Amino acid sequence: MFVSYKWLQDYIDLSGVTATELAEKITKSGIEVEGVEVLNNGIKGVVVGHVLEREQHPNADKLSKCLVDVGGEQPVQIICGAPNVAQGQKVAVATVGAVLPGNFKIKRAKLRGEESNGMICSLTELGIEGKVVPKEYSEGIFVFPADAEVGVDAIAMLNRNDEILELSLTPNRSDCLSMLGVAYEVAAILGRNVKLPETNLQASTEKASDYVKITVEAKEDNPLYVAKVIKNVKIGPSPLWMQTRLMSAGIRPHNNVVDITNYILLEYGQPLHAFDYDRLGSKEILVRRAADGEKFVTLDDAERTLTSEHLVITNGTEPVALAGVMGGANSEVTSDTTTVLLESAYFNGAPVRKASKDHGLRSEASARFEKGVDPNRVRAAGERAAYLMAKFAGGEVLEGAAEADTLTVEPAVVSITLEKINRVLGTELVMKDVKEIFDRLQFGVSIEEDTITVTAPTRRGDIKIEEDLLEEVARLYGYDNIPKTLPIGSTTPGGLNEYQKKRRVVRQYLEGAGLYQAVTYSLTSEEKAAQYALEKRDTIRLSMPMSEERSILRLSIMPQLLEVLKYNSARQNDSIGVYETGAVFLANGTDSLPVEKEHIAAAITGLWESHSWQGEKKAVDFYVIKGILEGMFAKLGLFEQVQFVQAQVDRLHPGRTAEILLNNEKIGFIGQVHPTVQKDLDLKDTYVFELSLKAVLEAEAPALQYEAIPRFPSITRDIALVVNKETVSGTLSEIILTAGAPLLKEVHVFDLYEGDKMEEGKKSIAFSLKYLDPERTLTDEEVTKVHTRVLAALEEKAGAVLRG
Amino acid sequence: MQERLKELQEEAIQKVEKSVSLKELNDIRVAYLGKKGPITEVLRGMGKLSAEERPVMGALANEVRETIAVKIEAKQKGLEEAAVLEKLASESIDVTLPGRPIKVGNHHPLTRIIEEIEDLFIGMGYQVAEGPEVEQDYYNFEALNLPKGHPARDMQDSFYITEDILLRTHTSPVQARTMEKHQGKGPIKIICPGKVYRRDNDDATHSHQFMQIEGLVVGENIRMSDLKGTLEVFAKKMFGADREIRLRPSFFPFTEPSVEMDISCKICGGSGCSVCKRTGWIEILGAGMVHPNVLEMAGYDSKKYTGFAFGMGPERIAMLKYGVDDIRHFYTNDVRFLKQFSKHE
Repeated sequence: MFVSYKWLQDYIDLSGVTATELAEKITKSGIEVEGVEVLNNGIKGVVVGHVLEREQHPNADKLSKCLVDVGGEQPVQIICGAPNVAQGQKVAVATVGAVLPGNFKIKRAKLRGEESNGMICSLTELGIEGKVVPKEYSEGIFVFPADAEVGVDAIAMLNRNDEILELSLTPNRSDCLSMLGVAYEVAAILGRNVKLPETNLQASTEKASDYVKITVEAKEDNPLYVAKVIKNVKIGPSPLWMQTRLMSAGIRPHNNVVDITNYILLEYGQPLHAFDYDRLGSKEILVRRAADGEKFVTLDDAERTLTSEHLVITNGTEPVALAGVMGGANSEVTSDTTTVLLESAYFNGAPVRKASKDHGLRSEASARFEKGVDPNRVRAAGERAAYLMAKFAGGEVLEGAAEADTLTVEPAVVSITLEKINRVLGTELVMKDVKEIFDRLQFGVSIEEDTITVTAPTRRGDIKIEEDLLEEVARLYGYDNIPKTLPIGSTTPGGLNEYQKKRRVVRQYLEGAGLYQAVTYSLTSEEKAAQYALEKRDTIRLSMPMSEERSILRLSIMPQLLEVLKYNSARQNDSIGVYETGAVFLANGTDSLPVEKEHIAAAITGLWESHSWQGEKKAVDFYVIKGILEGMFAKLGLFEQVQFVQAQVDRLHPGRTAEILLNNEKIGFIGQVHPTVQKDLDLKDTYVFELSLKAVLEAEAPALQYEAIPRFPSITRDIALVVNKETVSGTLSEIILTAGAPLLKEVHVFDLYEGDKMEEGKKSIAFSLKYLDPERTLTDEEVTKVHTRVLAALEEKAGAVLRG
Repeated sequence: MQERLKELQEEAIQKVEKSVSLKELNDIRVAYLGKKGPITEVLRGMGKLSAEERPVMGALANEVRETIAVKIEAKQKGLEEAAVLEKLASESIDVTLPGRPIKVGNHHPLTRIIEEIEDLFIGMGYQVAEGPEVEQDYYNFEALNLPKGHPARDMQDSFYITEDILLRTHTSPVQARTMEKHQGKGPIKIICPGKVYRRDNDDATHSHQFMQIEGLVVGENIRMSDLKGTLEVFAKKMFGADREIRLRPSFFPFTEPSVEMDISCKICGGSGCSVCKRTGWIEILGAGMVHPNVLEMAGYDSKKYTGFAFGMGPERIAMLKYGVDDIRHFYTNDVRFLKQFSKHE
């Protein structure tokens, strides 16, 4: 809502309060003022001029040579390019030395050989937005009424010496969608009175109810419909002050009748509609729901197809307006209109919202009905509009109004105790303070002991319960005045739960291992959603996505992480590691929420180690990412419970991929991105893993228990085994550990040889075995006995023989 | 014989002194003190001496040996030290060359902000509560006093999946679920971080996915002044002890009264600049006293229980705190952006 500081003074005395101060006060007590715009910003030297003569410029088809009286001793010659300039007009002239918006200075100039002493201005040149400039002046200069005094300040004439407060209204404060509403709010803040606008007029002896009969079928949608009739109107421009006020509020002036309805919309917050009575085609107004498929041409000449959810005003048969949204072309006020039927009605929000949404016709009017208008202002707004039509359109207002009224208006009566106010706000107010606040708001107040009962005026439809009163007290008492305390009473132990703690450990660990945390979008494309999914499920699609690229909930994190690598690689960061933790979404039938599983994914690409001046370089490989992951399991105490099993996963390298088993349950995968995918994404060799973080963090790890540091020496035996190429080291380690128990404590691979010195189809793996008895020093014989058993088991179970 | 020994001693000492390497020195040792050396030879001639002279000469010979040995020893030490020094000199390096970098990543800036806020409230006795990102309309809207058709639903255009299921538009449903779980009993003190989604076109200040962190306290004597005090503790810890806070009335359907909290502008210190749009204040979060309808819907007696809630956007806080100028940076994951948030603060 744009509020003119000057206009507001019609209703309330603002002496001693500047626009900026007012904005600050309004903001602090509840309605955010987003800005204060100074309309005449920087404009100087623009006066009203009288075009005495106008002739064609001798050297230019599109220019006029004008002799203009600007109130000086001599008229001046001005060259004007506007197509609508004409002799006898009163116009806005930027004289030599004038300054226009954007610090544009007017100088004496020669245009195609003719001297020009100034510029005749259009409204946009004076800083008024093109979309609110009256249509007849939108392509040229603005013309003042003929009685405008020559030489006076044109900016003042245009009401531009004003400031506009831009109010950002929350949905509950639609009462401030009107100048009067704002006036009441300001009155409460300043403790001043509101002066209501003039509506008294001499009505005609004819009765409005003799001209039209109102019937409302859809009583719930339209509990109150008031029609006034104004005869003998003369359509013409509205007074300049009204046009300028409309423009400052963002509304384009049309003619006196339409402008008056818009002016009332701004003044009372009540949308009105003016019909051409003679074009209605009947003496009847019938309000009903539209029929499904019913057609109607709105006054923007668009044909609309209606449904039974839309409310229409009809002449008994044909629609003449889409209620609360837009009138019809068939009954629009034109320059020939002489009798106006003025509608002032209370429409419920729902059908108006539906119609404005369905037809893309959100307007100042529909917005107000959607949020709810003040039921007690419906008639007053009609009266005021009729008054203005009599005054500025020469109309004759018929007596009374034709009405259909089933509206019951009951002001909200709410009680609250002083004790509650102080208990909830933490204040120490006394009843006098509270009463004063409601007095300032012009709410009805009665007090009985500790209880204050408040009657809220209908304009404040947001006041319904005790807490609403609390808010009124708090905001007008001032939040600055409320003390600062901390909650007292029973306390709760704060902290993270086990899952959250472990998640932080995992993040810290991965970052310590060299990975950056990424956060990507949960919404992705159909194509990417199921790539790398751990569980194949139906994808979950938004009913109204904004783009295909963000239409499906992800089933895995990996595609987005690879996108992150691609983005970075394309920007010379082709050696990086990233990880992400986040939910993936598994469909669970259309009626239930999806299953959300927290996953963890990581991807590394390019060089892992590189120390430039020492010339060391090592590219990422499977064992780098595996090492990182093993470290994570070790950190969580799960290392012993995890297995890596060679596997095939779509879009991963068929020979360099493993499934990850935790306690024999598959929880994820690890491997190299398939070379064709790497190529598509322009990535160097890239290794990844993704697994269910939930499974990992919920797995039980053995409790931490001290184990005595061995006091006796261990004995190490190294063996090199020849095995078939397909035999994996994990199998061999497994055999060794089983056969060597309990003296065998550790086994690790220290060499792998697959070179040409080996027999075809064979490879050599070397293990280091560590034997230890925590109770005593082992003898060579004892170790040899176990070691022989280990070798025998290796041969028996894996056909492994010692390398000769 | 005596002279010969003296002579040998002189000769040996001179050679020792002149020697320049350990090898040379060893040769001298072998030459003079060895079994085939001249001193031994001299001693062999002792048989020709009288019984009186023999021990005297023996003692002298030993003395000469000893003297030479001491000299050699001393010289050897000197040479060894010199050798060490020489070796050290040859081993010197350029200490200004860069060290081997340790590969370390770091938190995403949003995680950093969220954990900082979590820890701050954990210190005040809060627990961290989480909930689903895909929600029922009931928890996202209705339980929060936003019935179907409520005008404020316009404010948060949402991604629906079905008529009843949508991507949550705020983390408030976690509050509704937590209250429901507590079955009308207090106290509750939680902080709820998480991802939320709205139908916005991505640009410098909008993102269809973003983070939110909300707090909720429900108890038998929770006051507006407690909210103000809590928010002040938060603001001063998060943004600096010299910051002032200001509450402005606002509107949210789930709180009544509702407020927005501003902090004094760090850039201009409150005098007004472009960052704070010349107001001296920067909007940080929305808050309020939990609406009685919300309490009642979750099974609380709103006569007995009161509560406060607040909510803020980690993106906005990160943007203000670190001067990030485009919200899309948080979701592009450019490492040149991410790695700027490694420093502990």
